[in-house]
Amino acid sequence: MPCERHLILKNIRRPGYSTDIECYLRHGGYEVLRKALALKPVVQPDGTAIGPKEQIRREVEISGLRGRGGAGFSCGMKWSLVDRKSGKPIYLVCNADESEPGTFKDRQIIHHDPHQLIEGMIIACYANDVHLAFVYIRGEFIQGARILTRALEEARAGGFLGRNILGTGYDLDIYIHRGAGAYICGEETGLIESLEGKRPYPRIKPPYFPAVLGLYQCPTIVNNVETLCAVKHIVDMGGAEYARLGTPDNTGTRLVCISGHVKRPGCYEIEVGKVTLRDLIFDGAFGCGLRDGHRLKAIIPGGVSAKVFRAGEKVRVNKRTPDGKMVETEMDVLDLPYDFTSVSAAGSMSGSGAIIVLDDSADMVEVLANISEFFAHESCGQCTPCREGSLWMAKILRRLVKGQGQPSDVALLLSVADQIPGGRTICAFGEACSWPVQSFLVKFGDEFRAKVQANAEKRSERVLAETQ
Amino acid sequence: MPKEVEEEVDALVRRYPKPRSAVVMVLHALQEHFGCISPETIEWTARKLGLRPINVLELVTFYPMFRREPFGKFHLRICRTLSCALAGSHQLHRHICERLGLNPEKPGPQTSADGLFTVEFVECLASCDNAPVIMCNETQHEQMTVERVDKLLDECRCKCRKERPGDLAAEHGFEP
Repeated sequence: MPCERHLILKNIRRPGYSTDIECYLRHGGYEVLRKALALKPVVQPDGTAIGPKEQIRREVEISGLRGRGGAGFSCGMKWSLVDRKSGKPIYLVCNADESEPGTFKDRQIIHHDPHQLIEGMIIACYANDVHLAFVYIRGEFIQGARILTRALEEARAGGFLGRNILGTGYDLDIYIHRGAGAYICGEETGLIESLEGKRPYPRIKPPYFPAVLGLYQCPTIVNNVETLCAVKHIVDMGGAEYARLGTPDNTGTRLVCISGHVKRPGCYEIEVGKVTLRDLIFDGAFGCGLRDGHRLKAIIPGGVSAKVFRAGEKVRVNKRTPDGKMVETEMDVLDLPYDFTSVSAAGSMSGSGAIIVLDDSADMVEVLANISEFFAHESCGQCTPCREGSLWMAKILRRLVKGQGQPSDVALLLSVADQIPGGRTICAFGEACSWPVQSFLVKFGDEFRAKVQANAEKRSERVLAETQ
Repeated sequence: MPKEVEEEVDALVRRYPKPRSAVVMVLHALQEHFGCISPETIEWTARKLGLRPINVLELVTFYPMFRREPFGKFHLRICRTLSCALAGSHQLHRHICERLGLNPEKPGPQTSADGLFTVEFVECLASCDNAPVIMCNETQHEQMTVERVDKLLDECRCKCRKERPGDLAAEHGFEP
């Protein structure tokens, strides 16, 4: 039976749970922080000692936690890349700039269980010798910023934050830093530039990996809200135990956001890979199926930057057979386990965990036009292919929707989309704005060609009428 | 510059290792106090943080949340992105524009002639399971319909009629 598994959502789904620290403490709040701060060095058989901070980092590495912001990069590996020898201060920033369309999980955490985030963040900071951290929160999350600010004040008052935390001598300050409406600030180097007070133009990697050259050119960890919450649970249950949840290479639990044409859109927490797209869309534990009288048409599996799947599409993924061998299997896209690896192997990505479901009422040309407008607005403008290309694609789609499409438009659209990604831009926005266009044209090309054809016929009719 | 505003700005600047980092937070605070970012505000901010005015202007022109003209009393932000669009947010925008005598085809924020409402499209507000979403000042209104939109507009108008001139609470953004 497909079902949810609540770690992060545990408090949030408790009836009557409130965001104040008293409620959090009543439910075991800040116990994991106490445990983390009380860790003693462990002496190994060879006589070397592993300090508490390194122990925490090792647990995160063992846990297999992958970033929950969209890239799915190993959190343990990101932390291990931090330059601890530079002598420069190490910073940590919580990426609360949730802006990927279809994603609404971080906002839930901030609004309903802010202390979970704070506790996870303090543990992450302690483990990485961070003494000054920021929560970069979307400018539009005005209430969220207030809730978090109040929670931080409560944490300070309770001795969990500030000078000499819980009498251990560890100092940490966390401040809220608000964005002002730009999606590109969710990109970690764009975020850092924004935090430095500049226009959020992402930096090129290499050399500007935040772990080495981040905020003020100091080693910086940028982690998503959900990732930092997961850190708390990992330290609580131990990395190995966390890794038993989920599936190999896709461990633990994650929040999945389902919206669009389903009966019950919402945020659901699952063991990564243990639930399929079919379960998430149709099962009573999740989306509860499509609206009456409609059939599935398309699935966008990981935020609007993810490549679209067509209903009925067959995908090829590697599956482990009972005797342990990896074998390439063909399956209906709906049977894809929802995890990073499988969705990626099938030609898309699970990204931020945002699934948008489209039924047969959706006009795929209009859907793509909507997505392209988003990217045209949000391009920061630094790189020519993205700055010009994102707008050109939006313009072509606008005229297709208005019925003014040219016969050459489909080829033109694909040609523009093909020239943006693949290393031609400083950041992955290039891929993000072009993958939807490429995938929609491949999977739903018939609709685009039909629209162009219909436009041409209307034009001929008009011309004919005018000459009569 | 009023003393309490400057003190608020100073407190913000103190949080950061470098003053420049405070610029967006400072602009938010100044916009909340004065309603918009004027050229004088840009110059004051630049001087305060040890920057050149262009360093501040380039942020005001980049970030959608900063405005250089005052907005109406009620700022309606309508989500235009996919999940809300599928749920009818564009039709709601059209309806609101028609009710307020605004042009639904015109891009960018528009303010009604009576100065009460400013309407604009914004991108995904991260509440897609409750689409369509409309923000009115600081409050997010979810699962909006034509009826609920009409009710919201009427409530805003009603609140305005009740307010007396010089009502401080109203001036500082109290909304339904």
